[in-house]
Amino acid sequence: MRASAEGCETVHRILSYVNKEKRYFIPAMGALLLGIFLDMFNPYFLKLIIDRVIIAGESALLTKALAGFLAVTFGRVILGYLKEYGFDYGGQKVAVHLQADLFAHLQGLSFDFFDRTNTGELMSRLKDDVDQIRAAFTYVIMLSVENVIYFVSTTAILFALNWKLSLVALLLMPFIARIALRLEKEVGEICERISDQGAKINTTAQENIAGVRVVKAFGREQYEYRKFLQQNQENYGYKLKRARIWGRYFPQIEFLTNLSVILVTVVGGALVIGDDLSVGTLVAFSNYVTMLIWPMRMSGWLMNDLAEGLASVTKINQLFAAVPTVQEPAVPTILHDFKGHLVFDHVSYLRDGQVILEDISFEAPPGSTIAIMGVTGAGKTSLVNLIGRYYDYTSGAIYLDGVEIRKLPLQLLRRQVAMVMQDTFLFSATIEENIRFGGDDTLTREELEEALEQAALAEFIAELPQGLATVIGERGIGLSGGQKQRLALARALVKKSPILILDDATSNLDLETEYRIQQALEMLRGRTKIIIAHRISAVKNADEILILEQGRIVERGTHQQLLAFGKRYATIYRDQFQGIKTPEVKPYAY
Amino acid sequence: MPINRIEEDELLRPAFKIKLLTRLFSYLKPYKLQVALTLLLMGIVTGVDLLNPYLLKVAIDRYIATKNLTGLLCLGLVMIITILVSMFCTRKRISLMATITNQIHLTIRQELYAHLQKLSLSFFDQRPAGKILARVIGDVNSLNNLFNTSVTNLIPDLATIIAVISIMLAMNYRLALASFLMLPVLIVFMGAIEIISHRRWQIYRQKSSNLNAFTHEHFSGIRVVQSFTAEEKTRKDFHLLLREYFDAFIRAVRLNDLFWPSVEFSWGIGTIIVFWYGTRLLNTGTVTIGLLVAFSGYVSMFWRPVMNISNFYNTLVANLSGAERIFELMDVKPSIQEAEDAVPLPPIRGEVEFKDVNFGYQDGQIVLDRISFKVAPGETVALVGPTGAGKTSIVNLIGRFFEPQSGQILIDGFDLQKVTIESLRRQMGWVPQDTFLFSGKIIDNIRYGRLTATDEECIAAAKAVHAHEFITKLERGYDTEVQERGARLSFGQRQQIAFARALVADPRILILDEATAGIDTYTERLLQQGITRLLAGRTSFIIAHRLSTIVNADRIILIDQGRIVEMGTHQELIKKKGHYYRLFMAQFRFLAAKEKPVTQSG
Repeated sequence: MRASAEGCETVHRILSYVNKEKRYFIPAMGALLLGIFLDMFNPYFLKLIIDRVIIAGESALLTKALAGFLAVTFGRVILGYLKEYGFDYGGQKVAVHLQADLFAHLQGLSFDFFDRTNTGELMSRLKDDVDQIRAAFTYVIMLSVENVIYFVSTTAILFALNWKLSLVALLLMPFIARIALRLEKEVGEICERISDQGAKINTTAQENIAGVRVVKAFGREQYEYRKFLQQNQENYGYKLKRARIWGRYFPQIEFLTNLSVILVTVVGGALVIGDDLSVGTLVAFSNYVTMLIWPMRMSGWLMNDLAEGLASVTKINQLFAAVPTVQEPAVPTILHDFKGHLVFDHVSYLRDGQVILEDISFEAPPGSTIAIMGVTGAGKTSLVNLIGRYYDYTSGAIYLDGVEIRKLPLQLLRRQVAMVMQDTFLFSATIEENIRFGGDDTLTREELEEALEQAALAEFIAELPQGLATVIGERGIGLSGGQKQRLALARALVKKSPILILDDATSNLDLETEYRIQQALEMLRGRTKIIIAHRISAVKNADEILILEQGRIVERGTHQQLLAFGKRYATIYRDQFQGIKTPEVKPYAY
Repeated sequence: MPINRIEEDELLRPAFKIKLLTRLFSYLKPYKLQVALTLLLMGIVTGVDLLNPYLLKVAIDRYIATKNLTGLLCLGLVMIITILVSMFCTRKRISLMATITNQIHLTIRQELYAHLQKLSLSFFDQRPAGKILARVIGDVNSLNNLFNTSVTNLIPDLATIIAVISIMLAMNYRLALASFLMLPVLIVFMGAIEIISHRRWQIYRQKSSNLNAFTHEHFSGIRVVQSFTAEEKTRKDFHLLLREYFDAFIRAVRLNDLFWPSVEFSWGIGTIIVFWYGTRLLNTGTVTIGLLVAFSGYVSMFWRPVMNISNFYNTLVANLSGAERIFELMDVKPSIQEAEDAVPLPPIRGEVEFKDVNFGYQDGQIVLDRISFKVAPGETVALVGPTGAGKTSIVNLIGRFFEPQSGQILIDGFDLQKVTIESLRRQMGWVPQDTFLFSGKIIDNIRYGRLTATDEECIAAAKAVHAHEFITKLERGYDTEVQERGARLSFGQRQQIAFARALVADPRILILDEATAGIDTYTERLLQQGITRLLAGRTSFIIAHRLSTIVNADRIILIDQGRIVEMGTHQELIKKKGHYYRLFMAQFRFLAAKEKPVTQSG
């Protein structure tokens, strides 16, 4: 088997799933064994009918023999059904458990994992690879057992007949085994590549659909088609390669099994000629040898399917091996009542060796508003992402109500932080479901409506024929950018957390709506608000405004203080207001 | 059609199975020759398989019994040659079949994908991406074994059955008919299973599709899930869907697993009938002992291929619903279709005219109400209004992503309905609200605007939108790989790349749909300078809420509730003291309102 240690672990994981479904597999296995046992009776009854009823004319036996035959047939039918159904049931159970566990595992991974992994790949692993495993591990187990039993029993009969000839018959076995193992190895390698390629195909198609607006806007349908074709052709190439491996080794196995029959005949013939063997034994022997051919060829098939399944297991194990970079504290501190006092104490954050944030310090007392401004890429989003520990800071410390956030249980911490992200993501569900996503089960109708009011959504929803029950598409298709942002805001508001983060969350709103929302937010005295924005109108009432530049705070103060300071903030102000009268751009102070 | 939710099953269209099958197997047509060759190769292999037992018999009877060692060795050699031939035939057959089936697979998937590219935005808006994906990937995959088994099993097995039936009929038609007695029973039974189980497989595929849509959304939106600590809830929902999926599968296989036993059953009963009836005939002297013995051998020769065929039928039933879903998607007509006599739009100057345009995404809905305006080439038009006023709808109509319910849209005097879509969109540059980058290098993302653009042109565009600085600071510069939603880059940076992408397209009409919302004022200014320089003389439509973005436009169109309420330059509209004036002044009012006293903090 491939890469022994890794391979062992690979198989081990799956077997533990199979083990959990014992109660389906064991009866199925029992049915399988009993079925094989019954199989031996039918030829007996047939022989009885032919030899004794038909040829010898013992017609009295007919009814008995037929009754026996009928009973065996019924038994086989029932056992056959139980076997198939049992393996299907157990196999699908294994698959579903694997899917559930993988899903839960992936969910627990940190943002950085999702930053570098495409959704299409995850989908491919969760669906295609699990399917592959199900197929391999139900039928392979079932057929292997059948195969081994046939092989062992036939071999035993052969040895009973003549051990020397048996050795001749089994002479080629090691070669067949070697070929089967090599087949497994090569098929396994190619299947891993097919699996990866499948993930790529999935990603390409997924992006094509998710980015359909861009595709259409640039009229890139042809290009997308070719891109997909190229992926598919690569996939086609791999599949042909796999078929060629199969086409190379399987006929060899077939050849060797045929050859062993010929060998037995020739060697056996020689023995007969040398008077070491009777003709009768040879005839009987060669009949049984042909029975040996089937399980030997079957081993080729099984190795092939097993390799396919194992390739998928390897891929899934790689996902299971990924650990969340943001870890739960070893000794968590538990707080019951959060006030929302947030302190950044000389916080720095490096990513891949690059400084993203450097020496950030500020204090947000409960109920205060901190605004963050800065050019694109200055580190604004990174800063707020540290609060909920979506990424971990490199040095310094962040305190929430006096406790360093790394000491709080992750879920507890995140429950204290409501976030409206820049890239609005809504689910294809009703408006109400989308908003309720933020709250818990105790969320009342009044609270929901209050949030709608605060997010200036009430009138918009009232105008919809189906109101809150209106279904919106994936990512909020069918809504305007501003409507989406307001929904995301309402969703964050129903999460009654002491900290509220708005990451450029009102940029798609018209001024009037933004103003209304701001007023509503200011009423939320119990919440500490961190607001990232580009418009002066969105930040001017903050208790403190921070201007970020290349990861550092370069200017801080209130609106008035910063205006008086007369540098960056004042320039932005001038640009957005006075600048209107003198449209040409002046070089900036920074 | 309403928007489809994840847990909601897709609608099913009853299909004629015969039609479905003919359509499915028509994909085999181009490979007639290869199929024939495959069958020939299989024939040779079967021939060898049949010949060898005979040769064994010859070896024993003729050489071993007469102690002729040389003869035995010679015969052994002959047999080895035959199995060598057989080996090469099998190898050839495997690679031939693999080529055919994988080719067909490729063809179907590409055909489906090509069709998908033709569909209009409204199609994509109506269903979760994961469900479309399930058809392109999962359903196509489900056809994997169908063609292979149909050629390598179905045809030879059918041939065997026909041969055996003729032999049996020729030997003794009564016994023959008696042994076929169970066949119609089996066929009826299987037909019945098929009818119920087909429906169950359809449900299974739908559930599988729902599951796919769920995973797609909840991993695309994983950041939202985590930030709302909704892992638990999501997991529960996933389990619910998984449970439905599992149940659907079990319901389907519970029935499908009956296939195999039912053949066994018919086989057994059929055999009993033959012996029972055969011995009776024997007693009346109608058949001889030898005939009956020979017949019993043929009975299993008859049932074995029947078993294979029913096995194939089983696979077919289980996967037919996949084929059905594929063809259903292939048959969806794009809601926006080019006119038969559509002509390519010649290079345009960029004059855009709306004549009494009414529009709604659904019938009866009014999103745009009698919109009329005319924009001269080179003009910059700002569309202003509250969210949901219809600004994005207007630009969507210019790109013909949707069709107006009535009225006309003209570009350079050409009615949009009469030109080819590609020739229109190729001359437009688009920076959408929702920035989407494809996974790949930054430079390739920029080049997406014009595939023939050189690296230099792409870099020039990046420079113009002020993106060059941050791109070159990245570890691998323009070769940095970004993911679909462009994580690692900030939102504003992604918008800048989307700008560069629109610029390299060298569009005659540029559309910026809240494209600078995530960009700070400073970068926006620089970016606009760059655009103005690069696109001097191009028509542009800008949707924005920041008034500083708007004031420089040649014309401002104020929209509210789908109607144009005001139109003119900034100066004109200010002088007019209407809606725009109020809007403009409001920002100062908002600024002045509730001015906080300077606190001691900071």
